Amino acid sequence: MDAAHADVSKHVKAYLAVFAALAILTIVTVLVAQIDFPGAGNVIVALLIAAFKASLVAAIFMHLKWERAPWIWISLVFCVVFFAVLMALPVLTTNDVPPRVEHTSWGR
Amino acid sequence: MSHGSNDHHHHGPDHHHHDHPELGWWRKYVFSTDHKVIGVWYAVTALVFLLLGFSLVMTMRWQLAYPGQPLPVIGALFSENVMPGGVMLPEFYNSLGAMHGTIMVFLGIVPLIVGGFGNYVMPLQIGAPDMAFPKINMASYWVYFVGGIVMLASFFAPGGAANSGWTSYTPLSVTATAGQTWWLIGMVFLITSSLLGSLNFIVTIIQLRANGLSFFRLPFFVWSQFVTAFLLLLAFPPLEAAAVLQLMDRVAGSSFFMPTGLVVSGVVQSYTGGGSPLLWQHLFWFLAHPEVYVLILPGMGMVAEVITSNTRKPLWGYRVMVYSLVFLGFMSFIVWAHHMFITGMGTRISAFFATTTMIISIPSVVILTALVITLYRSSIRYTVPMLFALAFLPMFAIGGLTGLPLGLPAADIQLHDTYYVIGHFHYVVAPGTIFAAFAGIYHWYPKVTGRSMNAALGKIHFWLSFIFINAVFTPMFFQGMAGVSRRLYDQTLYQHGVEVQGWTIMSSWGAWMLGLSQVPFILNFFLSMRAGRKVADNPWESTTLEWAAPSPPPHGNFATVPVVYRGPYEYSVPGTKRDFFPQHLTKAEA
Amino acid sequence: MSVAVLPHTVKPHPITGVYSGKLGTWLFLASEVMLFGALFSSYVLLRVGAPHEGPAAWPTHDQTHLSWKIGGLNTIVLIVSSVTMVMAWANLKMNKFAKGKMYLAATLGLAMTFIIVKLAFEYIPKFTHEPPYLPSTNNFFALYFTMTGLHGLHVLGGVIVIAYFLGPGSKLWHRDPEYFTNRIECTGLYWHFVDLVWIFLFPVLYLL
Repeated sequence: MDAAHADVSKHVKAYLAVFAALAILTIVTVLVAQIDFPGAGNVIVALLIAAFKASLVAAIFMHLKWERAPWIWISLVFCVVFFAVLMALPVLTTNDVPPRVEHTSWGR
Repeated sequence: MSHGSNDHHHHGPDHHHHDHPELGWWRKYVFSTDHKVIGVWYAVTALVFLLLGFSLVMTMRWQLAYPGQPLPVIGALFSENVMPGGVMLPEFYNSLGAMHGTIMVFLGIVPLIVGGFGNYVMPLQIGAPDMAFPKINMASYWVYFVGGIVMLASFFAPGGAANSGWTSYTPLSVTATAGQTWWLIGMVFLITSSLLGSLNFIVTIIQLRANGLSFFRLPFFVWSQFVTAFLLLLAFPPLEAAAVLQLMDRVAGSSFFMPTGLVVSGVVQSYTGGGSPLLWQHLFWFLAHPEVYVLILPGMGMVAEVITSNTRKPLWGYRVMVYSLVFLGFMSFIVWAHHMFITGMGTRISAFFATTTMIISIPSVVILTALVITLYRSSIRYTVPMLFALAFLPMFAIGGLTGLPLGLPAADIQLHDTYYVIGHFHYVVAPGTIFAAFAGIYHWYPKVTGRSMNAALGKIHFWLSFIFINAVFTPMFFQGMAGVSRRLYDQTLYQHGVEVQGWTIMSSWGAWMLGLSQVPFILNFFLSMRAGRKVADNPWESTTLEWAAPSPPPHGNFATVPVVYRGPYEYSVPGTKRDFFPQHLTKAEA
Repeated sequence: MSVAVLPHTVKPHPITGVYSGKLGTWLFLASEVMLFGALFSSYVLLRVGAPHEGPAAWPTHDQTHLSWKIGGLNTIVLIVSSVTMVMAWANLKMNKFAKGKMYLAATLGLAMTFIIVKLAFEYIPKFTHEPPYLPSTNNFFALYFTMTGLHGLHVLGGVIVIAYFLGPGSKLWHRDPEYFTNRIECTGLYWHFVDLVWIFLFPVLYLL
């Protein structure tokens, strides 16, 4: 178990560093939300910061940085791809609606 | 299921049974964590639901063939609320239709082919003592059971069971009678059961394969269950979320799926609005399209096992078949909006979904073709399971080919929501998957019970079913092309429906005769348990690992953990004494 | 079937590199991503499609009556609880059972704090307001209650599991410490996921 001890106590430093980063980034998220970016800028910035925070949690707290098991990575990749599909395609279908036809030449 | 008496013969030195006292009846047979007991529970429950779901549609088919006529004899069994004077009310017809679909898909087929066959056979085929999480396995069955009870109980809700189609499109379903709420709650249970099961299957296949059993030595059936489990794992949760959202709309008055200003029967609805009925369709079909691959893939797996055993040949193109399975699984997540071509989507996004839909037909064709080529120059043994497996091939081909026009928006605009669609998907699921399931039952019955089913009864069952199932579904293509819509209580209300009413009557008689044709099967299934010819461990002379275990296998499955030395279909290998070389035998034992 | 007969439940599988419970937990989390993903996707569709005026219009920041301070506080509470959770596992890995239990108890306390803050300062004031803010009020509130409600149920689930391991479940440590540590690792993975979902919920609901 001694090798495990050494590994884990090194990790403790990483945990605390990530905690600090997450706390700071939370404050940054709130501050940045006060600024008015043009168009979808606010959404993009907020989601980018959140994604970065999430990746810190996943990499360090959830140990993905040290995870070698291929099936975990395979499952995550598929999950991320299908998540992206689920987020993107429904709203793309509603955006691709043909313009309303106000008047037709046939029938009444 | 009578493995209890075998327990005592397999306490070898490599079994740590000191923490495993003799279990009471409830723990051994009802709350068992043994995958075989659970598999049998799933299969028997599912078969009962399949019979029930089929009975619902046999009842509906009277109204379709003879609209407004009282149903003789059986009509009196129904209450005056739903069938006054034996004549079916339209609302009841709608309930029967919605519940037929729901029961067949969610309570019947998937629990049979995944919960039943998957649970029983897969751990045996990989040489495992059980599933990776036996208690979760037990939980998944009981959650399914509760979901089933909730669904059945919904028939007694005021206004009857759900009646908005198995697809529960909003806003109709949100404004529907109380049964719909029960449907949604039932679905939450069924989806939870499925999620528990699917992660169990994936972990078991990855972690518990016997030594030497690499992924490309797995039987095709195991691969089919593996891909199916991923589909269930990742596609079901959005429907669970959607069911919760629809429950909120019905119970909490939210407007997730309720558009602004909805008027129902002249009454302006009091929802705030701003919701999207299309959102429900997206979330529903995001699951329901992968779900149809869940319905077919295990069936293909079973057919592959039966064909190899009964042709004494390896599977042609095994690797390509496996790659096709994986590709199919992936593609199944990006085709769903082909169910929504007429919802007003634009041409670009429709073209995207049409393209992915056309592409997804390729792996299906590859798998089917490989199975057919496997037959070439083989020694076919025309056993009962083989008859069903052979029939599967052209039947699935018809189902698949008739799907192609539906995947093209221009043709789909004409065919959507007509009987053509019903014909298409029933060909895939009924003479497709259900025939594959029959093949599986006849094939593995000896392993489960230690006895074989009667072949003569089996052949009668096969031929009658084959003839009548085609009689039911072939006419539907013609009706669909004539413009007859789905979910009509009375097709003769329309002139174009009157003109094809002859086909309707043929389908109905086909359905009733198909129902009668199951009697030899039901008799065979039960009588053979007591009086069937006793068989040894490997009556079909197959190569896969489940046949290395006793029939039936005891708790723990294998006296010694098998080691695998070769692929799954080493049949007719030159230089071997017999025409099959089981996976677990060493060269010396050949 | 007892654990003693099923292989790879404690030590990782030599080829796949993982013990079964961990793989199962990751797969479960993948399904949870799709569950919450469906709700986020619904949020996008409903917000994009919301009418521009009338009772169904998307509310402005003031009209959402959500306090970023309370949401921010809860965010910090969950982040700290993630730290205590991983510290619990780390200490158990180093064979320090007492410290491990202490961190688990801290995680439990923080989790309950999250729930209490949510109920006392967010849900109940909304329900008891005149007029009340309910899922039926408009789709923003419907989504807010559904998404935070589902997330809250997941927090509650974590509370139950952690309480179990602090209580009757802790006996497993004395029987098989490595197995117990693995179970805490899996609980931790689930817990970090719950934190992760909130990391997205907070800006989406409270700030955007």
